[in-house]
Amino acid sequence: MPKIKAPVRSPHIDMTPMVDLFSVLLIFLLLTASFRPQEATVITSPASISEKQAPDKDIMTIIINKEGKIFFNIDNGKDSAKHTRMDVLTEMGKQYNITFTPKELNDFGHWASFGMPMTDFKKWLNSKDSKEKEALQTGIPIDSVGTQPSQLFYWVRFSRLANPNAEVAIKGDGETNYKKVKLVMDLLQDNKVNKFNLVTNMEKQEVTLKDVPK
Amino acid sequence: MAEIIEQEKGKKGGKRRPKKQSTRIDMTPMVDLMCLLITFFMLTTAFSKPKVMVITMPEKKTDIKEPEVKIPAWRTLNILLSENDVVYYYIGNADPKKPPLPTLIKSDFSKDGIRKVLLDKNKDLFTQIFTFREKRLSGKLVVADTTADQEIKKMKKNDMKGPIILIKADDKAKYKDIVNIIDEMAICNIASYAVVDITTIELGMLKTAPK
Repeated sequence: MPKIKAPVRSPHIDMTPMVDLFSVLLIFLLLTASFRPQEATVITSPASISEKQAPDKDIMTIIINKEGKIFFNIDNGKDSAKHTRMDVLTEMGKQYNITFTPKELNDFGHWASFGMPMTDFKKWLNSKDSKEKEALQTGIPIDSVGTQPSQLFYWVRFSRLANPNAEVAIKGDGETNYKKVKLVMDLLQDNKVNKFNLVTNMEKQEVTLKDVPK
Repeated sequence: MAEIIEQEKGKKGGKRRPKKQSTRIDMTPMVDLMCLLITFFMLTTAFSKPKVMVITMPEKKTDIKEPEVKIPAWRTLNILLSENDVVYYYIGNADPKKPPLPTLIKSDFSKDGIRKVLLDKNKDLFTQIFTFREKRLSGKLVVADTTADQEIKKMKKNDMKGPIILIKADDKAKYKDIVNIIDEMAICNIASYAVVDITTIELGMLKTAPK
């Protein structure tokens, strides 16, 4: 009797379907995703049930981290022909007698959030080392000097002037002291901003009629 | 990897044939590359956009005196926030001219904490809004989102029995406490609430409050 031979199978696996799948995934990711901007600080937002999405454009964000350091961010606005960030920085420079070169202004246009006193601003812009950049981020001062309002006040003021449509978002760490947030809110109210968007993480909470005490 | 290199069996003698070249292209490196790219994109992109909670603060006092709105004392519920995520509340006003001062009741952010108090106070409005939302969800009532929002707003406006809540926080409170309490307002469908400054009388009351 002849032996029954098992059919010879090639040890090759056809990778083509896998490649197809990966290509589809990759294209999908590329098309749907927006890049996460580099943030100046790590924030753990508190949770809420709010489902309202943060606006993409026309928003200025005041970031307050755990230690109470304050960072600021403003986008360039819906109109890409305008350079809101550059305008704001130019105005800030005028206020604090610092002249920025066109290159510095342009660089600033691409950055995301920042937080340092105006005296360190030029250093921060020109620093190439990311570690050094981080070390310079000591927070924007919010204490008024004499009769002169604080630097954050001017950032908000000039941002409002440069982009009147900009909404204000406060992105605070859950562990931040309320006192600090209150200071920021007061400062915003001095700038005639009475509506704030508090950035939160969504967390569902189910409450039904059964929960209502009789 | 998927490719297994077949070892050539050394055949003794015989004709030397040219090696058979496979027409297949090895896809493995391509798969590797794709994997890497996908991982990279997954890590660098932000999928879920952050959510925001909108809060409108009362405008700061100006020189123009507006006529003060009288709020009935039984409707006011004061919520005081302090350290360690503790919530205190009392009903009515704390007026040093009219002793005794109301006592603070301790509560917390759990399900049976401040939420129960709020729901109890806001029973009517909550039931009204809840049944309205249920009706929409079950399909008994078909209205557009904007109309529904307007309807709920109207309900809130017409509510004359619900509490008026004043949220006050001392310097030791955390930011998340404020967010949590405003969130509770949204959960319990409270019609009117405001974040206001804490008074010195209330700070004194907090000192003597049960820990």
